[in-house]
Amino acid sequence: MSLDSPQEVAGALRAASYLPDARIAQVVFLAARLDKPVLVEGPAGVGKTELAKAMAAVTERRLIRLQCYEGLDEAKALYEWNYKKQLLRIQADADHDWDTISHDIFSEDFLLTRPLLEAIRSTDPVVLLIDEVDRVEVETEALLLEVLSDFQVSIPELGTMTAVTRPMVFLTSNNTRELSEALKRRCLFLHIDYPDPARETEILKARVPGLSDHLADQVARVARSIRSLDLKKAPSVSETIDWARTLIALSVEEVDEEVLGDTFHVLLKYQVDIERAAKELTSNPAR
Amino acid sequence: MLRVVTGFIDELRHSGVPVSMVETLDAMRALETIGLTDREELRETLRATLVKNLRHERAFDTAFDVYFSTLPRQEEHDDVGEQFAGSGGGGPGSGGGDADLEDLVAALLDSLAGLDDEALRRAVGEAVSRLAGMEPGRPVGGTYYLYRTMRRLDMERLEELLMQAMLGEHEVTEFERRLVTEEVAARLETLRAEIEEEIRRRLVADRGREAVARTLRRPLVEDVDLMHATASDLAEMEAAIGPLTRKLAARLARRRRRRSGRLDFRRTVRRSLATGGVPADPQFRHPRPHRPEVWLLCDVSGSMATFSRFTLQFTHAMSTHFSKLRSFAFVDTIDEVTDFFGPGIDFGSAVARITTEAEVVWLDGHSDYGNSLETFLSRYGRQITPRTTLIVTGDARNNYRPPRDGVLADIAKAARAVIWLNPEPHAYWDTGDSTMSHYARHCTSVHEVRTLRQLERFVEELTLPTARGSGNR
Repeated sequence: MSLDSPQEVAGALRAASYLPDARIAQVVFLAARLDKPVLVEGPAGVGKTELAKAMAAVTERRLIRLQCYEGLDEAKALYEWNYKKQLLRIQADADHDWDTISHDIFSEDFLLTRPLLEAIRSTDPVVLLIDEVDRVEVETEALLLEVLSDFQVSIPELGTMTAVTRPMVFLTSNNTRELSEALKRRCLFLHIDYPDPARETEILKARVPGLSDHLADQVARVARSIRSLDLKKAPSVSETIDWARTLIALSVEEVDEEVLGDTFHVLLKYQVDIERAAKELTSNPAR
Repeated sequence: MLRVVTGFIDELRHSGVPVSMVETLDAMRALETIGLTDREELRETLRATLVKNLRHERAFDTAFDVYFSTLPRQEEHDDVGEQFAGSGGGGPGSGGGDADLEDLVAALLDSLAGLDDEALRRAVGEAVSRLAGMEPGRPVGGTYYLYRTMRRLDMERLEELLMQAMLGEHEVTEFERRLVTEEVAARLETLRAEIEEEIRRRLVADRGREAVARTLRRPLVEDVDLMHATASDLAEMEAAIGPLTRKLAARLARRRRRRSGRLDFRRTVRRSLATGGVPADPQFRHPRPHRPEVWLLCDVSGSMATFSRFTLQFTHAMSTHFSKLRSFAFVDTIDEVTDFFGPGIDFGSAVARITTEAEVVWLDGHSDYGNSLETFLSRYGRQITPRTTLIVTGDARNNYRPPRDGVLADIAKAARAVIWLNPEPHAYWDTGDSTMSHYARHCTSVHEVRTLRQLERFVEELTLPTARGSGNR
């Protein structure tokens, strides 16, 4: 698959049923050209992770995913020595002298690769997804820097491992905290917001078979209307997709107050939000 | 091209966006890969390589529009433009102009209703030529021209007409009407943006990039003075407050790292079996995580209106991170407002309840720190524990009433720490009716927090004394 222009990137992503806007296509194109990681930021559920998956499908690469969480460390992100195997090796072969054994047990056979090292060592090109990078502590972020700028991992006992093929890297963040400047400098920055109604209509039609143009348009506009309210959690794109599916299952052809009132819980996940939206959008707030 | 880009980057730096050397090089490399014929491609390329923070996008877009503006669309209307420029400063055009204006409005409506961008741009070009009455050489940012054009176009009437065009003849429900209203608002917003851009284009053609960029330069959100922030500034700050409170929560919960807690006898004995009963490897209990108690005292008097809105927003965001957060509001007396905030409660209604339900005014509604503190001490003083951190936000302008700072000393003695955040510049403290230094004596620390950036720095550098055991000081 050639990705020689932003338009081709957009076309390819479309074929993988991910509908990018011009900005997304442009940034992905640049990332592929410059071999730079992309930091994707935006509210939950606008398709940040989905973008990485779609790119893996487009380029026919394997997707390696590192899910970040508080307390993620080197042993879970980079590599770990398989010390049980090392112990066995020492016991199985007690005759050799120490030098041989110690040289032996710190070889690649005893290395457990974790996502980052795996992406570096893979002989086939891969897509590396570092999901929700804002969840790790600032100190742990530093682990990523070497991988992101030089595509290499240094292991004291073995030396530096450099990528055979450059992985395509996506980092996602919900912006629950500011990421460090060092990390941001190494990445291209892409902010994805909720799509405008026109694009959301397209997304809905691509994802929900059997959805009429009229209904898709209505769903997208109601979604915009709800998102403009001050809510605890605004409906994500995946939730509007769920809602459209619900409407089809209920064989609804026209969204009106009553339908909306009955199906709020698909879009909104907090009672306070439902009450608030009901108050604003429908004339019977008691629900 | 290179010169324009470096000039553009300079402008970004001038308006406060941090652009590093690496990022400049990235941008240059990226530009080699794209065609340079498509303006939007150029915009997204520069954006992705140079701007790494959502808060800086507004500055980026303004600067981009100025530095990479296309030619203004006035050529074909030059004669008309001049004709109207003659009657420049006056009211709307005379006699025959009204009919023309009707045509123009009709053209705008058609293009807005039909979502025809090209036609819209043409109509806007004409509207600006005729209605803005731009005067060459004037060092303005264009806001005046924008409002003048919009006033002459009569945006309210446009809105009405557009509503009619989109609703059609038939009856509609309230719900449908709402959706259409939003659609109309969105389209009028594109019209406004289009007019603004057109005006900018002409300004750039007239006065050159650097000059226009300089007049348009506005402080970044993090540098806006909190005392004079506009509603839109506050809305943008809201997004930044979330991550900040989370960080503050982490800071306050941190205590000086001790290796471990009390000896865990059971686990030590069990471990000792491996070493033949010798307790070679003592085990300790994990120290209990520190749960900070934070009390916020906000001055909500009139002079602090904008700032207190900000601090209340901050309080609101904090209440999701601290289970033991209590908030108090005061003007000349103090009342607890903890229950007005909390997860799931809308911020707007919380503010409304403070002004209507909370008893923050005792006499005349002018700040009285002395009385507020005294009331606070007598009502809540006994609940302060050595784990309580108090954060006071206010300008300490006491309207020449007695400061009664001894009361604050008593409060400080009982609490873990008292932190004072003052939104006034340091130089103004102790001038006029400000009694900051009276209070500063008894505070653990006092900070000038005039901007979001300063608040960020305060959170960054915050260190507190560890919680004291009761009694020993």
